[in-house]
Amino acid sequence: MQRQIEGSLAIAEAVALCRPQVVCAYPISPQTHIIEALGAMVKEGALDNCEFVNVDSEMAAMSVAIGASAVGARSYTATASQGLLYMIEAVYNAAGLGLPVVMTLANRAIGAPINIWNDHTDAMAVRDAGWIQLFAETNQEAVDLHVLAFALAEELSVPVMVCVDGFILTHSIERVDLPDQDVVDRLVPPFAPRQVLDPNDPVSIGAMVGPEAFTEVRYLAQLRMRRALEVIPELAERNADAWHRPPTGLIHPYRSIDATLIVVAMGSVLGTIKDVVDDLRATGVNIGALGISCFRPFPVNEVREQLRSATRVVVVEKAFSIGNGGVLSTDIAMALRDRRVTVHTVVAGLGGRPIWAASLRALFVNAAEGTLPATVFCDLNEELVERELERMTHDRSSRSLARRDRAE
Amino acid sequence: MLSERTPVRFYQVGSFAVGNRLVELERRSAQSDPRRANSLSSGHRACAGCGEALGARYALDAAMRATRGQLICVNSTGCLEVFSTPYPETSWRVAWLHSLFANAASVATGVAAGLRATGRDVVRVVAQGGDGGTADIGFGALSGMFERNDDVLFICYDNQGYMNTGVQRSSTTPGAARTATTQAVGPQPGNAFGQGKDVARLAMAHEIPYVATATVADLFDLESKVERAMSLHGARYLHVLVPCPLGWGTLSKDTIALARLAHETGIFPVFEAEYGEVTSSVPLRHRTAVEEYLRPQKRFAHLFDKSGAVTSPDVVARIQALADRNIRRYSLVPDEDQ
Repeated sequence: MQRQIEGSLAIAEAVALCRPQVVCAYPISPQTHIIEALGAMVKEGALDNCEFVNVDSEMAAMSVAIGASAVGARSYTATASQGLLYMIEAVYNAAGLGLPVVMTLANRAIGAPINIWNDHTDAMAVRDAGWIQLFAETNQEAVDLHVLAFALAEELSVPVMVCVDGFILTHSIERVDLPDQDVVDRLVPPFAPRQVLDPNDPVSIGAMVGPEAFTEVRYLAQLRMRRALEVIPELAERNADAWHRPPTGLIHPYRSIDATLIVVAMGSVLGTIKDVVDDLRATGVNIGALGISCFRPFPVNEVREQLRSATRVVVVEKAFSIGNGGVLSTDIAMALRDRRVTVHTVVAGLGGRPIWAASLRALFVNAAEGTLPATVFCDLNEELVERELERMTHDRSSRSLARRDRAE
Repeated sequence: MLSERTPVRFYQVGSFAVGNRLVELERRSAQSDPRRANSLSSGHRACAGCGEALGARYALDAAMRATRGQLICVNSTGCLEVFSTPYPETSWRVAWLHSLFANAASVATGVAAGLRATGRDVVRVVAQGGDGGTADIGFGALSGMFERNDDVLFICYDNQGYMNTGVQRSSTTPGAARTATTQAVGPQPGNAFGQGKDVARLAMAHEIPYVATATVADLFDLESKVERAMSLHGARYLHVLVPCPLGWGTLSKDTIALARLAHETGIFPVFEAEYGEVTSSVPLRHRTAVEEYLRPQKRFAHLFDKSGAVTSPDVVARIQALADRNIRRYSLVPDEDQ
């Protein structure tokens, strides 16, 4: 059914269609609307056999999901930013225990300085946790990915995180096609857990594993994660057939066949990037784009295949590893390590800064002309940075310029 | 069949424990039943004389009996978890889940919610941990579970320190006690006074249906409190004092005696409370001076000389004052002029 709906509410509707049995969450912007909507559905009885737990922290949110999943209940939570970091120990734990929890991550910057706006730093902080991480480009894709996520998580017994850009997606109202309940019931069958706590067949879950077997446990986790690279396209194709929309698979190529300059990115910024690609194509630049929908596990072979014509790749990232550089860029460079391809990193949109088409256009033109540096901070206020660097040469204090000026 | 139980032959000498054989058959301890659950079976790696292993075995078998085996147990990280489940072995004969140090109460909430959502709420939930996972790192989760009144019994086995990591101070370590982080050096050796948490009273402040304390000296009392807790729904809390030979510097054979002394001195009050009000307490049968409890423990050795004479009377007096306050607060000596 086509609806004009806020992203968060569309996600809540999609989660409800998947018949979760335990929903638990702690409020944090910009995720809050999702759980408010689900909480209301449970309270008014619109969701059958579903428990909504108002928890005392994000650590508790993920822990409740762990406990519920361990007894065979389909469990869902949502978080963002600081909340994700607060629960990070339990995030790793859910993956280690092989519990198919599904979580929405409304991507947001990490403080200090405190900042509630969108970037991808939070998702990058847990990229090694053993969760499948899917990034939505649009709210339609966010809905589709959530339905896929429950089936995927339970098929593999691996938790899945659906990343949606905070505010940009969660708070924008646009047309979304919400699938019918009978369609979702076909795509997401009842939860058949791989392991379950049952007093009549007691098992110990969460035992201590020492050096003699820990490597093997991790190796098997890696195999299970890599298996997702086969399962995701299968599920995406099947879902696409059911709701007659393009599949939300591992990657999204856009005009990249035979492009020599390819821009790689994740999430909602791809919309702007595609506009710029169209614009530059019209001026004769041989440019294309590649959206990464599945960041973990990283689809190395698919990425290699889609970048085969590229001699230069620009990775636009809403996060970076302080002291090194781009995070996605590192993965892209690894995928291309036997090829003569120049990989650039454009760090953009940190802490919610808008990513303008004009700014990207200028950077991509530089890339096409071979003048783009290896790492660029998009729309950096260089005058401000220079002034601060100059001040620090003679003043260790971090007091503000304004205060110093007043004192003088 | 109760009548098929093995006759209990042992009886205890020199103690005030009621021998199991003196109790009517149907009131006998869960442990006297040859078909007991053996929730924590033998062969685990706890130290000899471990109070926690003893407490957990009795508590869980009582809970298993009370729920006719329909029980799921959530364990926080700590000694109990480490010594019972070195992969590929497990000592648990109960459905058992360990997640993390800080989150046992929350995981138990999730288990209870999941059981309700899947129509299996006949299965009951016990969460357990040490004093670190209860009073310190796990306290936020515990308080949240209490205030939501989730259908979970949380059992804290309190050995008054982080014994698994080498005996560091926790917020239940008593004043003056030596630990690896409150060394017996300087002008005020051992742990500071005026700190720490009384978790049973904090639990009562949440006005949950049931709070109780117990020690491993009176296992019949421990079992009956677990059974009482399992007869109720909502958030319940049981705080069990479990001496630790390693951390307290005591002989393995003295675990029960020290637990009893903790009670008989008034240092550890044994009581029950419902909805925030104390409903019963176990009176002291032979009120004992606190130094009798402190002297056998190496963690208090700096209060005594080699002959056992008190060298820090002011510190011992301070501990005695705390015990006396407990005696008044919980009416542990009924005849005493209040």
